[in-house]
Amino acid sequence: MENAFTLLSFGPEGWGLALLQGAWVTISIALATLPFGLALGLAVALGKRSRNPLLRMVSTLYTTVFRGVPELLTLYIIYFGIQILVQKLWSSLGFTSQLEMSPFFAGMVALGVVLAAFSAEVWLGALNSIEKGQREAAAALGLTRFQAFRLIIFPQLMRVALPGLGNNWMVLLKETSLVSVITLQDTMFIATRANVVTKEPFLFFGAAALIYLFFSMISTWGFGKLEDRANRGYVRAR
Amino acid sequence: MVIVLRKMPMGLSAIAEARMTWCEWPGAFIGLEVLEKYGCRMATGLGLTLYLVAVSFALGLVIGLALAVAKLRAGRIPSAIIHGYTTFFRGTPLLVQLFLIYYGLGSIRPFWQEIGLWWFFREPVYCCLLAFTLNTAAYQAEIFRGALQSLPTGQAEAARALGMRPLPIFLKIEMPLALIVALRPLGNELIVMIKASALASLVTLFDLMGATKLAFARSFDLSIYFVAALIYLSMVEIIRRLWDAMETRLTRHLVLR
Repeated sequence: MENAFTLLSFGPEGWGLALLQGAWVTISIALATLPFGLALGLAVALGKRSRNPLLRMVSTLYTTVFRGVPELLTLYIIYFGIQILVQKLWSSLGFTSQLEMSPFFAGMVALGVVLAAFSAEVWLGALNSIEKGQREAAAALGLTRFQAFRLIIFPQLMRVALPGLGNNWMVLLKETSLVSVITLQDTMFIATRANVVTKEPFLFFGAAALIYLFFSMISTWGFGKLEDRANRGYVRAR
Repeated sequence: MVIVLRKMPMGLSAIAEARMTWCEWPGAFIGLEVLEKYGCRMATGLGLTLYLVAVSFALGLVIGLALAVAKLRAGRIPSAIIHGYTTFFRGTPLLVQLFLIYYGLGSIRPFWQEIGLWWFFREPVYCCLLAFTLNTAAYQAEIFRGALQSLPTGQAEAARALGMRPLPIFLKIEMPLALIVALRPLGNELIVMIKASALASLVTLFDLMGATKLAFARSFDLSIYFVAALIYLSMVEIIRRLWDAMETRLTRHLVLR
């Protein structure tokens, strides 16, 4: 037991600091992905409702593909794919040096496009729940379509979409563990390395599990608060 | 042989002449060398993926239903334990659970040898099955719990008034109604499991993802990843269609459509 304390401590023998840094990377990549994924998801959802059939088709194809392919596969395709693409571009410009793709960026893009596909469905459901009269009233008041979206539709949208987006966030948080396979030094990566060095798998994967559990619980609590806030203008039934 | 084939116009006749095994056909037919070379490994990998998903999902179904019923009917202490179980397995990444079982349980070898279970924890396939089953059971328990709780109480009360015993009430009244509610989320969970099974490739297994990684590592041909994506996509699409058909069948007495 003493051994376990030493290993998890912040001293020179301990992995405590490394695990904390890993937790920081986990939460950073999740938070960095969130705005990008949600914005892209909203754009895809709007595309699905567009009057342009081509745009509708592309958006539907997008959600079908990225919701059906394993996240791990998407991650590999984007990590290696972008690397090969950029390298070709770099070489064609006449440079001979090797380019290294940042795992953080690749992870962010991969998690972001998957989050966009899943959140698009949530946005779409929320968009459908807003009555037509709201848009008509906005138009009657002389608001432009963009103004109507920003001032009338979007605030109501957030209230309906929040529970679904909360689910998306929880899934994203757990999916960040995959970026450890492209050598991003997140919680999972540190735990794996600590296991290789110390041969204490229970201790380190258990610690990693607790870190993720901690983030999940904080998120559940936070989203509960956000939902309360979004619903403050509504009387709760029961 | 490969070189000869690539010079010939592609088509069925070329394949017939070349006397290939069936799993080399698709690659030869579309003229993708890497798929032709690793087609058989991919097919074996697909088999392993299907096996892992089918077994863990089926076991998860049984365990999940039992846990849901226990949580709703049993006392406070079993409910709290089940709540802890579902919170842990739904709140942590599957990858962490897999590594906890594969590396963690695998590290206490003398203990398993003593009780005669080493054959189980020695094999990555069984570790994978265990992790997947425990994970999907937690999610399915929540699905069934939600479905059972959503039933109007009048149904069971009417059955009790008719003199039915608790077990028949559960099997003949509550279960069929709950299944209609649970069907769609269960389909989603199955799709999640198909995608999550790709993690098996991280514990040395050659499932579809593992075989694809091997093919890429040896050929550096990115297109093999797109082939794998297409295979996963078709599996998901088949499940989706199947579930639509099942839902139509199960709700045929409802006027909703």
